[in-house]
Amino acid sequence: MSIPALEVVSLSYHYPDGTEVLREAGFHIHPGERVALLGPNGAGKTTLVFHLNGIFRPETGSVQVAGLPVEDENLMEIRRRVGIVFQDPDDQLFMPTVRQDVAFGPANYGVEGDELRTRVSDALSAVGMLHVADRPPHHLSLGQRRRVAVATVLAMRPEIVVLDEPSSNLDPASRRELADILTALDITMLMVTHDLPYALELCPRALVMNDGSIIADGPTREVLSNRELMKANRLELPLGFDPNFDR
Amino acid sequence: MAGTHTHALFVHGDSELHRLPASTKLGALGLFVLAVVLTPREAVWAFGVHAGLALLGVWIAGLKPMFVARRLLLEIPFVLFALFLPCIGGGEQIEVIGLSLSVDGLWSGWNIVVKGTLGLAASIVLTATTTVPDILSGLDRLRVPRLITSIAGFMVRYLDVIAGEMHRMRMAMLSRGYSPRWIWQLKAYTASAGALFIRSYERGERVYFAMTARGFTGHMPSFGDEQVRPADWVRAVSVPAVAWVAAGWALAVA
Amino acid sequence: MHIPDGFINGMTSLGAGVVAASSLAAGLRRAGKVLQDRQIPLAGLVAAFIFVLQMLNFPVIGGMSGHLIGGALAAVLVGPWIGLVVMTVVVTVQALLFADGGLSALGLNVINMGVLTVIIGWLAFRLVMTLLPKNATSILAAGAFGAWLSVVVSSLAFVGEYSIGGGGGAPLSTVLAAMAGTHALIGIGEGLITAGVLGAVLAVRPDLVYGAQVFGLRHTEVAALNRRAVGLFVAGGIAVAVLLVTLVAPLASDDPDGLERVAIDLGFSEEAEDHSLGDSPLADYEADGVEGEGLGTVVAGLIGLGATFAVGAVLMLGARRRRVRVDR
Ligand SMILES: Nc1ncnc2c1ncn2[C@@H]1O[C@H](COP(=O)(O)OP(=O)(O)O)[C@@H](O)[C@H]1O
Ligand SMILES: [Mg+2]
Repeated sequence: MSIPALEVVSLSYHYPDGTEVLREAGFHIHPGERVALLGPNGAGKTTLVFHLNGIFRPETGSVQVAGLPVEDENLMEIRRRVGIVFQDPDDQLFMPTVRQDVAFGPANYGVEGDELRTRVSDALSAVGMLHVADRPPHHLSLGQRRRVAVATVLAMRPEIVVLDEPSSNLDPASRRELADILTALDITMLMVTHDLPYALELCPRALVMNDGSIIADGPTREVLSNRELMKANRLELPLGFDPNFDR
Repeated sequence: MAGTHTHALFVHGDSELHRLPASTKLGALGLFVLAVVLTPREAVWAFGVHAGLALLGVWIAGLKPMFVARRLLLEIPFVLFALFLPCIGGGEQIEVIGLSLSVDGLWSGWNIVVKGTLGLAASIVLTATTTVPDILSGLDRLRVPRLITSIAGFMVRYLDVIAGEMHRMRMAMLSRGYSPRWIWQLKAYTASAGALFIRSYERGERVYFAMTARGFTGHMPSFGDEQVRPADWVRAVSVPAVAWVAAGWALAVA
Repeated sequence: MHIPDGFINGMTSLGAGVVAASSLAAGLRRAGKVLQDRQIPLAGLVAAFIFVLQMLNFPVIGGMSGHLIGGALAAVLVGPWIGLVVMTVVVTVQALLFADGGLSALGLNVINMGVLTVIIGWLAFRLVMTLLPKNATSILAAGAFGAWLSVVVSSLAFVGEYSIGGGGGAPLSTVLAAMAGTHALIGIGEGLITAGVLGAVLAVRPDLVYGAQVFGLRHTEVAALNRRAVGLFVAGGIAVAVLLVTLVAPLASDDPDGLERVAIDLGFSEEAEDHSLGDSPLADYEADGVEGEGLGTVVAGLIGLGATFAVGAVLMLGARRRRVRVDR
């Protein structure tokens, strides 16, 4: 098989205050796959995400991105390859205008001039947000800000995109629009969520995380159909939602 | 959150002034207020010239007079002070409708009101015709240290977010019947301010993570590539140039 | 209070601009050593936090309200150098983006509300801390005192600037008396709020309070906050400040008549400032302002300072004897 786009091997981590968050978590993702990472609040999903591009360093275990280990000397390259869309777009969009924000990433890699402008407009077009390029991020709706946050990552031309709870707090229409945008992207994707129908729609494969470890891995439909597994991990399907019912 | 803009001063428009690069407007504003401040208070005609220029700015920018007037209220505490100066000043006195007023006090009061109003009016024209991001990129272009413009940029970016958080906390307190009238009932106020600091601090950390996640290594990019032609400078500076001529003349005569 | 253009003459304003710029440069240089990459966004967030606190009015007495300047608070929370940079940015943004304070008076405003409040607040905080036991109670007391003093000194700086470059008209002694007296009272609010906010942060994240880190405070000591001692200190401080302003001031001042009083109170106290955020979520907290008893003098202020401190220290030392100290 090909080299995994992302390989996580028995990752452990605890916060400085002693909270143990990751316990030997491990999985891998192949190029072109879309994988959902499911788990209840506090399972350690966000903490795991922060390990994927070296914001946090593992105490034990390792992370490799397309064969490149996450280590000090590779950090810049790792961060170019792994694009993280943060849970709160207000954390991600920090520049005075949308355009400057989308340009921030590529500019750090020395992209400038026309090439930078092309990257920015390509990324914003991909999420349908080119028309807000000169607005300040805080004047956009949450749905728009989420889409711009995706664009800031796309502008870096990453090899894998990691999204932390992309559908949370979105109204149904924005949730739908974001789903359409994400499906249209031709890119390896890891999507952290506890929006189970969303996971089923967007990702053929799902991982379940609880208490710092990956405890299930399989086709999303099968994972969601396993009642005991779902119940044991406090993952609840919406009332009347049947993962085996084809829409 | 949309609609809770913390940059209430900007007025949408497409005037000549809206289109001038921010750096030239900032430069022109600085030169103008300096000319106003240096003009001797006795040169009433020179203030007429300055006022004409300020009104010209308001007119070119297409601002409503009421808008400008409302913003001028900012100056009230100082105007009140100025109004009372003639009553408490010493020296030569003149009689006006039965009140004995100090001549020196009258001049001082006039000085404060006219200069403050002109400076404020000019600032209002700048902020009404320039967006916040443009002001930041203008400052960048005027070689204000990048560290300062960056911090200012983060500050204005997160004003609304933090104000919104404070507002929600305050609403939560009000909905539980907390509406303090006395300073010793402040505990809930300071508790929420403390919580707000912690949130701001933690957000600062997360923003830093988001920055490093996109390759930040400590060097902030410039806030934009404002294109400035020499002609822009000429047009922008033409206004304060007239003010300087008036101020210079008044100084020479005095 | 944001000084508008022309209130202080051009030369003094320019001079203040030079002083402000060089203190900012010094601040940046010193902060540069601690202001690592990660603190750039942090400083911006703290600046936004201070700005929001300044927009928010707190109640003083029966319907009247005031607002914080926040320089001393910033100094104790994030340290004097970053605090200096933060406050300078706050004042500059207010002038440039909100037309609050004249552009030519920017240097004056930066000095009065930024540089001085941070430096005085921090120095007073440090001084008090070296004299008191190193615990959370002392942090609050020292922070409150620093905040109070920072407001008083800031008002004295204003008088100094007015005496150098003001247009004259008002007898200087009157301005001095009114400013020092009013601000000795306004400063009480600043001190209380500062202590309150520091207490709230210390209770949850003592690691975020620079002033506590400098004195090596950890969770255990913070947990042992002696509310009674803080209360006694604050009550004693307020009592002494109010007493002095009302008793000593009339003897030393020019005894301005009613009209003068009104003029100065109206003109100089913190109120009626609307941070031009008409559409912001804070617009509904209308500014009705602090109106203190406009009497007092520098003498009163200085004596008050010493006496407040003495009373506070006695109370604190008394409190210490009754407390078991947790080892560091
Ligand atoms: N900075 C931190 N310090 C200490 N504990 C933390 C910190 N951040 C998160 N935690 C704890 O780590 C656990 C996992 O958090 P997180 O990774 O955010 O979970 P998830 O994203 O799955 O909801 C939670 O119990 C949380 O309280
Ligand atoms: Mg999470």
